[in-house]
Amino acid sequence: MVGPAIGPIRRSFAPWNDPGVKPFIEFRHVTKRFGEFVAVDDLSLQIYEREFFALLGPSGCGKTTLMRMLGGFDEPTDGQVLLDGQDLGGIPPYRRPTNMMFQSYALFPHMSVWDNIAFGLRQDGTPKAEIKARVEEMLALVKLEKFARRKPQQLSGGQRQRVALARSLAKKPKVLLLDEPLGALDKKLREETQFELTDLQMKLGMTFLIVTHDQEEAMTVADRIAVMDQGRIVQVATPAEIYEQPNSRYVADFIGDINILEGHLAPAPPGSTRLECAATGANVEVRQETAAPTGGQAWFAIRPEKVRISLDAPTDPSVNAVRGEVWDIGYLGDVSIYHVRLSTGATLKATITNATRLVERPITWEDKVWLTWSHDAGVILTR
Amino acid sequence: MRKGQSWFNTTSVALGFAFLYAPIIILVMYSFNDSKLVTVWGGFSTRWYFELLQDQAMLDAAWITLRLAFVSATVATLLGTLAAITLVRFGRFLGRSVFSGMIYAPLVMPDVITGLSLLLLFVALGVDRGFWTVTLAHVTLTMCFVAIVVQSRLVAFDRNLEEAALDLGCPPFKTFLVITLPLILPGVIAGWMLAFTLSLDDLVIASFTTGPGATTLPMKIFSQVKFGVTPEINAISTILIAIVATGVLIASLVGKRREVERQKAERLALRGG
Repeated sequence: MVGPAIGPIRRSFAPWNDPGVKPFIEFRHVTKRFGEFVAVDDLSLQIYEREFFALLGPSGCGKTTLMRMLGGFDEPTDGQVLLDGQDLGGIPPYRRPTNMMFQSYALFPHMSVWDNIAFGLRQDGTPKAEIKARVEEMLALVKLEKFARRKPQQLSGGQRQRVALARSLAKKPKVLLLDEPLGALDKKLREETQFELTDLQMKLGMTFLIVTHDQEEAMTVADRIAVMDQGRIVQVATPAEIYEQPNSRYVADFIGDINILEGHLAPAPPGSTRLECAATGANVEVRQETAAPTGGQAWFAIRPEKVRISLDAPTDPSVNAVRGEVWDIGYLGDVSIYHVRLSTGATLKATITNATRLVERPITWEDKVWLTWSHDAGVILTR
Repeated sequence: MRKGQSWFNTTSVALGFAFLYAPIIILVMYSFNDSKLVTVWGGFSTRWYFELLQDQAMLDAAWITLRLAFVSATVATLLGTLAAITLVRFGRFLGRSVFSGMIYAPLVMPDVITGLSLLLLFVALGVDRGFWTVTLAHVTLTMCFVAIVVQSRLVAFDRNLEEAALDLGCPPFKTFLVITLPLILPGVIAGWMLAFTLSLDDLVIASFTTGPGATTLPMKIFSQVKFGVTPEINAISTILIAIVATGVLIASLVGKRREVERQKAERLALRGG
């Protein structure tokens, strides 16, 4: 699925930064209760047209409920859901301009691939010739032309996934809802399909909303990600912002691997923050403004790949540096993860990219090493 | 790991089958008996089958029984399916446990009680007893069996299929007709067949609720046996057994063919083309 160059489009696409652009989908103070259980808790969120938006969180965080409220399968207990300026309250799923791709695919087992894709178009009374053209277009899009007459149970998992996708796209919905769409595929196929999905979304110029618990999947496909926890949104940002500037320990820990060290804020010159950190036995300096008061509890978070590991002492005295001993090494092929035990007993993780074929490790078990990082490598978190 | 059959296993299987099937085999054998005495073999003959064709009362009873079974099974299937859907799909509603209890009550109620209470009801209402009262009684009896069979099918049904249809613009009732019903149809048909068979061989409830001109086959046979078994009864029983056996055979053949097709489809899918 090679279309026009997507680089320039993706690079400049940021309607959420433009106050003049109206949101396409809007959740306004939405609450959903199932009996005593609060699945979604006073949540507000704006999603823009042509955006590929991901709801990310552990199971039970309310992300699927949020999506089902947009599809019309659940009604909010409180608050409003708007699509393209229209309040969706009380509109049943069969009258909503959204289509959903289900986690289980939900292909009709008694219908052929062709009839599955044509099902939605037939409900609208679309003329026969138009249905035929549209179904063929969809089959070509997902490369299943040869399988039109097959029944779903005669297809492999990957093919079923594509039929489900074609069926949900056939009616050209205003929003496509994807509920863990790749969950049932094996890792390799999943990675391929992730890129296919982004290309497809670009090509069709549609708004996609994906629900997933897989952070890599969300990072790969989405323009923006909402990280959810217990019915609330913790952070909404681009994948890079979520990864590099998490706003809380929850987000930092949920996405990727990270070292988190506890400490207290110490007085620092303007434009920077100093953390008294018992775990490192030294102060950590970060180039970042912090609003929290001096003496307050805070955490320093740094990704393992941003920690430099070396046998020699740093020449630049201004960088953050601590000493330790290599405790364990995890060899993952592309990178190696070093667990370094500091004299205080704390352990820090640092990764090294294995750029050359490994004959002998330059740094090995029980070596005394220096861990260093620059002032803008990590972040200070106050919650 | 193939072991030789032990004498114990062989004997127990033989005894078990003998216990189940010896009476039937004897019954079938004696239907071809030339002698008028049921217990004395007088040579092979099909005369009782021809005699049966002349016996208008017996043929009438058979016809009534079939009609009754057909009508009551159809009504019971309709009501039983609706009951199953209500129980599975409508979640908790006021009186749900009472409703489900009432539906399953006829399952454990002795036939005599069901028959007697229905008789008392019909008498109290002053209804003329006959074909329709028996039909009604059989619907009451067999509906719960249909409900159970359909319910098990519905529980295994993926709700997402219905949601997908709704999502694609199909209104709820049409969704039920084009998605749900075709997929639970095997359960509905099985329920119908069960209801049909139950109605076909019911003696007790039919005896209580019947009236003039509505004598079913089991009633007819039972009343004749009181005056001694004639080989004619053996003949009609043999025909019934043949019909039931054919039905079972066809059902299992269809099931087997489906299984073969399913395996073929899976192989096709695995090869990815």
